[in-house]
Amino acid sequence: MSAGQPLELAPLFGDYPLDRAFDEMREPGGEVRAQYRALAETLASLPPDELARRKQSVDLAFLTQGITFTVYGREEGTERIFPYDLLPRLITAQEWERIERGLTQRITALNLFLRDVYSDAKILADHVVPRELVYSCRHYRRQMRGLQVPRNVYVAVVGTDLLRMNNGEFVVLEDNLRVPSGVSYMLTNRRILKRTFPQLFASYGVRPIEHYPQLLLATLRSLAPEGRPEPNIVLLTPGVFNSAYFEHTYLARQMGIDLVEGRDLLTHDNIVYMRTTDGLKRVDVIYRRVDDDFSDPLIFRGDSALGCAGLFNAYRAGNVTVANAFGTGLADDKAVYAYVPQMIRYYLDEDAILPNVETFLLSDDTQRAHVLANLDKLVVKAVGESGGYGMLIGPRSTRSQREEFARQIEANPRNYIAQPTLDFSRAPCLIDDRLEPRHVDLRPYILFGDKVNIVPGGLTRVALEKGSLVVNSSQGGGSKDTWVLQS
Amino acid sequence: MVEEYRAASEKTKMLSRVADSLYWMSRYLERAENTARLLDVTMSLMLDTAAVNAEARWQRMAAALGKPADAAWDGGLDAMALKLVFDRLDPSSVIYCVNAARENARQVREEISTEQWQRLNRLFHQIHAPLAERQFSSNMGDLLASVVDGIHLFQGVGDSTMIHGQGWQFIRLGRSLERAYATATLLEVYQPELFQAQERERSGYQYLELVGLLRSCTAFEAYCQVYTADLSPDRMLEFLVLNRDFPHAIRYCVDTIRSAIESIQRTGGRRSPDELNAGVGKLHALLGYTTIREILAGDPAAFLHDIRAQCLRIHELIYRYYVHYSIQSALAV
Repeated sequence: MSAGQPLELAPLFGDYPLDRAFDEMREPGGEVRAQYRALAETLASLPPDELARRKQSVDLAFLTQGITFTVYGREEGTERIFPYDLLPRLITAQEWERIERGLTQRITALNLFLRDVYSDAKILADHVVPRELVYSCRHYRRQMRGLQVPRNVYVAVVGTDLLRMNNGEFVVLEDNLRVPSGVSYMLTNRRILKRTFPQLFASYGVRPIEHYPQLLLATLRSLAPEGRPEPNIVLLTPGVFNSAYFEHTYLARQMGIDLVEGRDLLTHDNIVYMRTTDGLKRVDVIYRRVDDDFSDPLIFRGDSALGCAGLFNAYRAGNVTVANAFGTGLADDKAVYAYVPQMIRYYLDEDAILPNVETFLLSDDTQRAHVLANLDKLVVKAVGESGGYGMLIGPRSTRSQREEFARQIEANPRNYIAQPTLDFSRAPCLIDDRLEPRHVDLRPYILFGDKVNIVPGGLTRVALEKGSLVVNSSQGGGSKDTWVLQS
Repeated sequence: MVEEYRAASEKTKMLSRVADSLYWMSRYLERAENTARLLDVTMSLMLDTAAVNAEARWQRMAAALGKPADAAWDGGLDAMALKLVFDRLDPSSVIYCVNAARENARQVREEISTEQWQRLNRLFHQIHAPLAERQFSSNMGDLLASVVDGIHLFQGVGDSTMIHGQGWQFIRLGRSLERAYATATLLEVYQPELFQAQERERSGYQYLELVGLLRSCTAFEAYCQVYTADLSPDRMLEFLVLNRDFPHAIRYCVDTIRSAIESIQRTGGRRSPDELNAGVGKLHALLGYTTIREILAGDPAAFLHDIRAQCLRIHELIYRYYVHYSIQSALAV
């Protein structure tokens, strides 16, 4: 391709709008960004309905292979295919280098924070993070106090949500330190895209991600209790009715480990066993996809049938590793999030490479007054929720919704934070045979065992509804393959 | 290299819950097939009016499916047939068994092959299609045949795509046990009629009934190959109970059960299930060394009843050793 030669993109883009929001593919003037030129040329060279045809064949593949998630609220859990977009999202080598450094720094600090809070709590004594903020957190687990975890790793698997702002820089929207999901879609998207655009993929020099299951297995293995050189590693799922059940079966199969449910496990003398056809077999590492609350009815919720009674005591005795550790939700509380830059400074003596989004803490009187006066411009979120639940998007809310939120904030200010309504980046998506811009975020997956590992890329989530800012799959979001370029 | 090899050999045992699901997936599919075939055979027998009246035939089939003896007969043959296929609450209906099989398969998605899963899914969607129920009375035979076909495809695809490890053996175990039990039940139900009429005075209608019995086990053609079309009750009983090469014969099923259990033990082996071996070995020896003359000299009904009881016992022992074993016994090893 010769640079500067005008591309005939008019039919493809139609009246594709460009405004203040950063467009992943096009400069504000309408020019296609350098890294996207080859993609644009390929698209322009395809016959008109070729894209739609390829999309159909991928749809069929998803359906027959049962790559689905379960939607709640119907009689029998309804299975749907995960919505996806065929056009890849590109990230240049320089952009990725910065993201990778920023995430490594962040995960390191968050781990140190968890270790500190659950042992000496120096950061609280030094008034860097307010004590009442930590101890009032719904996900703080007092049972974790003074407990030694293997390699001091509390969060082995993290999914951090990044947004790209108008200036082209990435910021951190939130960290998911409990049971982040979606990685199976990242891997599936890649497989599909390689089949759909083989030459284009080869010509771009995309960094591979397919080794994620192996890295995850190595991470879990590195956290095994001492004296267990051939650890038995299992994935604990809540079961077939969980919306991420496909991902659990997928990862278990890819790693070659057993997929267990709580009812397969039992403890005896603080050792966890699973029931096999050949008797009981000791379990050494549990990759846990069940929330804290449901993990052990003796310690957490007594009415949970999903966990394993006695698991926590076996864990406390050091006979089994559970990843992620219990109580990590403390550090992804949306109010604690506001202090991550201070944590990075406190523990690492560095400035945060990836900035936070400006966040108002509603337990602070001044900030609360400001937020309540500007509810129509801000986004309000419940601190302990994830998946896009418990949220008010000011500019799109009705008066009664705002009044309802104002009441709830007044009743329990600690439970909410507010952020400006963000104008984050958009990427072109294939909508009815045409390209239209949709808001996207980026969730890279970070693994932390004996070292930090991040597969280049992650899940680019798309708000498929026009103008929508919500990318969560539970709220109608889809995804794209993410190509991190070698150069 | 050595490490990898060891890790692979460790994976031969499987979770009890997974074994349980595979076993029941397989049993339910065999049961669905059995219901579909018995219904098909019975409905086509009904086309010939006969000494055996419709009610008696229906009751006989119901008894062969393990329904209570007083299973309601309301005379509406089509409606009853429809229920036996589509009643989601009747545990012997085709749809109930297919649903249960798929639900079991869904819980062990990581254990069965994608091809198997797709076959089972197709069968499930086929029987749940809105048209299937509405058009049932006009093409009952087609639908029942396609259910049986779908199950055969599932088994074939499983045999050629799934690793023949423990999971596959549990599938074989479920199928064979269900089949041995079903054949024994069927023969026990038919057995009084079978010996009622003497060979010489047999009418065309009675001949049809005997063909019906063989077809209920897909055994008509196989029987003819071995004994010619001369249908004698003694030989039929011999064929369906003692033949070692016919897949629906009880002896063949028990041989398969034995080989599946041996294979499961080879890959496990920490605990030796003496009682289970004894239970299977006893039934195996009974079928291997008893002659049809001995059976006929005694009480054939009691003989068949005893086989069913032994099958149930084997089922319990499989559970006790592989699925619901007590923790104390497992910790003691």
